[in-house]
Amino acid sequence: MSIQAQNQSKTKAAINVVTLRLGGETMALPADCLREILEPVAVTRVPRAGAFVGGLINVRGAVVPLADLRVAFGMALTEATPDTRMLVLEVPVAGETVVVAILADKVHDVTAFDPATLEPIPAVGTRWPPEFVRGIGKWQDGFVILPDLERIFSQGAAQGAATGLVEEGI
Amino acid sequence: MTKTILAVDDSPSVRQMVRLTLTGAGYAVVEAVDGEDALQKAMARKYDAILTDQNMPRLDGLSFIRKYRASAAAVGVPIVFLSTESREDLKKQARDAGAIGWMMKPFDQAQLLAVVKKVAGA
Amino acid sequence: MSDMDEVGGLFRQEAAELIASLEAGLLDLERAPTDVAVINAVFRDLHTIKGSGAMFGYADLAHFVHEFESVFDGLRKGNASVGPDLIAVALRACDQIGQLIDAPQTAGGQSDVLLAALRQAMDGDAADSVSPDQGWRLRFRLGRGTLKLGGNPRLLLEELGALAPIEVRALLDEVPSLDALDPHDCLIGWEVVLSGPVSREAIEDVFFFHRDDMLFELEPLDGPSADAATGPARPEQEKAPDAPQAAAAAGADTMRVETGRLDELMDRVGELVIAEARLSALAQRLHDPGLLAVAEDIQRLASGMRDATMSIRMVPIGSIMGRFRRLMRDLSQSLDKPLAFVTSGEDTELDKTVIELLADPLVHILRNSMDHGLETLAERRAAGKPDTGTIALGAVYSGAEVLITIRDDGRGLDAEKIRAHAVSKGLIAADAQVPRADLLKMIFAPGFSTAAAVTELSGRGVGMDVVKRTVDALRGQIELESEPGHGTTVTLRLPLTLAIIDGLLIEVGGENYAFPLAAVEECVELPPEFEEEGKSSSFLNIRGALVPFLRLRNLFDVAAPLTDFQKVVIVSSSGERVGLVVDRIVGNNQTVIKQLSRLHAQMLCFSGATILGDGSVALILDVPQLVAMGRAQEERARNPRLERAA
Repeated sequence: MSIQAQNQSKTKAAINVVTLRLGGETMALPADCLREILEPVAVTRVPRAGAFVGGLINVRGAVVPLADLRVAFGMALTEATPDTRMLVLEVPVAGETVVVAILADKVHDVTAFDPATLEPIPAVGTRWPPEFVRGIGKWQDGFVILPDLERIFSQGAAQGAATGLVEEGI
Repeated sequence: MTKTILAVDDSPSVRQMVRLTLTGAGYAVVEAVDGEDALQKAMARKYDAILTDQNMPRLDGLSFIRKYRASAAAVGVPIVFLSTESREDLKKQARDAGAIGWMMKPFDQAQLLAVVKKVAGA
Repeated sequence: MSDMDEVGGLFRQEAAELIASLEAGLLDLERAPTDVAVINAVFRDLHTIKGSGAMFGYADLAHFVHEFESVFDGLRKGNASVGPDLIAVALRACDQIGQLIDAPQTAGGQSDVLLAALRQAMDGDAADSVSPDQGWRLRFRLGRGTLKLGGNPRLLLEELGALAPIEVRALLDEVPSLDALDPHDCLIGWEVVLSGPVSREAIEDVFFFHRDDMLFELEPLDGPSADAATGPARPEQEKAPDAPQAAAAAGADTMRVETGRLDELMDRVGELVIAEARLSALAQRLHDPGLLAVAEDIQRLASGMRDATMSIRMVPIGSIMGRFRRLMRDLSQSLDKPLAFVTSGEDTELDKTVIELLADPLVHILRNSMDHGLETLAERRAAGKPDTGTIALGAVYSGAEVLITIRDDGRGLDAEKIRAHAVSKGLIAADAQVPRADLLKMIFAPGFSTAAAVTELSGRGVGMDVVKRTVDALRGQIELESEPGHGTTVTLRLPLTLAIIDGLLIEVGGENYAFPLAAVEECVELPPEFEEEGKSSSFLNIRGALVPFLRLRNLFDVAAPLTDFQKVVIVSSSGERVGLVVDRIVGNNQTVIKQLSRLHAQMLCFSGATILGDGSVALILDVPQLVAMGRAQEERARNPRLERAA
């Protein structure tokens, strides 16, 4: 662990996170960005938007984009199960708060998490894009990934731009 | 669309001043040396405005205006009466004869141009 | 936001409070003209505004308030007393302070006039010899024989137009029926509103030759309506309604409501409309007569509620036209181009948001008309045109849209010049065959306006493409007509409201999409020969006209199998049409528009999304974008070389 990361982690108190299962991994998201957890609802496909933020859902009258973090992490896509949930999050993207929903195979719990246990992602030996991971922590018997939502969605928006219809000259 | 002005005066110097001033501002100027000359020229074609002096040989300004106005050709042609006397009764006579406006002599170039612009347009 | 902006915002906020306090002080002074405490309070407010104004770089403001202050100094020292006109003029000066803060570039012109009026009022002089800063209303009738004598009313009007921006109305009440009419008689009278500071003498001079033989009534414009007509709109916290046409506000019957609350109300109504649609769908499914009756009631109430709420948000476009009058007057003077600025349709109402967003594009178009559209004085004369150019700004309802036109009688657009410029900017190929209408539209293309093409006035680093972008964002369209030598007309077509539209719901591959109904021209069956793809060209013959068409299932990568009896929805934008092949027309639908998040901001062919009766989300198709795609297809068909290049 770098000295900087150590200093940082020591000054931070425990934070509440929501832990969830996705693509065979356990992930933790800061609970303060979680607005609600939904049973899966009908998804409207957004043609040509790409697989990452490929749909829209109705969250009590608001139209919210639905993202699949498995796409960002290059995980295999599996069918929904009775445990599948949608998590509505508030994520800062380029200085603006965007409400976005993500899929989870299963939501475990909201739990206190000590950032001190957080370690940076090893430079080699992982299959995830390291820039999308804030760190890896210990939770219960295994490891938990803390995704960098802001970075993931900022890049997602940029990717959306690349797949815009006009830019393809259609 | 150049506008043409008929300048009627027996004084060559006044005519010259009028011509130089108006041609310099983009108007065309036709000169007439007295009322008779003016009447002939005015009947021959339509002018955008006529400037006429009062005291001239053969036919004076007021008489020229009256004769000209008697013809259908004069409809809609503005006439400015030039006079050295600022007398209300003379202005009224000019108006009654059919002048649209009047101007006191002597006048300078700017005044002349302003008046022509007023009655004939730029 | 930078620190400086933040501080500037603070200054404006503080100034607004000071102006309100100043205004209250002046009104107190009217009741108690000798009250030293009130005079001192007014003086203090002025002093504070001056000081902070100078600190934040409002030099004109500081100068103006300084002069204002020195006039009031006389009062404080007891050298002068509050005259009858003083408070009225001082209140106007007080408004001017606000304007110098809000629009320092345009508001400055009034300062000197107001200061002169202030000094006059302080001296107790009758304000007669002062030219009223608002302008004059003039009614005149020339002598009946004037035309025969070569008098030319048009020249007189032009001369008036050179003094100040004018609005002219012909008085036809004395014109007899045709059989009794002598065409040489001058029977028409004129009412002319001159908006700007002009002296009485200057106006009288225009009629120098006619005064003996004419009817001539001249009265200064004043009162709140004229006041608002010349000044820029005021900040919202001020009390007076600033629409020139706004019914001289029936004070007690109106109340001011924060716009945020209106927005919230609109959101709630949007939700209500959606919930109502769900209720109706449910009632239909359950076939319960009692429930159906309630659902119908709710539907009726919801749509009444929707209409009422939208009407609250409607604002007459006159509320922004006022500030243009001032702008045009100033431009006319600085460019030395005499101008008659004519406005019409001030009562036409648009959604508040639309109006606000429209102000800047309109300013830009008007500047352009003034700057590029109207010729110079010399050019107009050479072309045999009247000295005074005309720019007309009008608004009119047209179905669910409002048309706003800006017409000038200037030189018109030079298609060849535009072509050359577009080629030099690399926007089109040198040998491209571009129809004239499309060439003209290039002025709205990004990157068309350049420093070389615009003057200091129209420049400011923004081009007409910004206008287009704003209008697009409002789901409006721009049309352009121009006749060389005779002028240009820009027409903005705008939806009445942004929040809820009538939509046409269609289905492709089991997915629903909505078209704005206003853009739909017709729906036709897809002719059988086109059912299978690639067999023939992608053009439909619609009553003799070839219309390009796109298959939404291709565009949207639909995997579901093709259904029989495909339909084509013909939509149009700016006079161009495109057909979109769909599986099924579902029907009309009240579409509450939801903006897409920034994660989908680049999805240009969708202008938003809406929520359907069953709670699902449907995307709203962006018609101008689809039309552009159709045009691209048309061009590729015409020029296969391009297709390879693309």
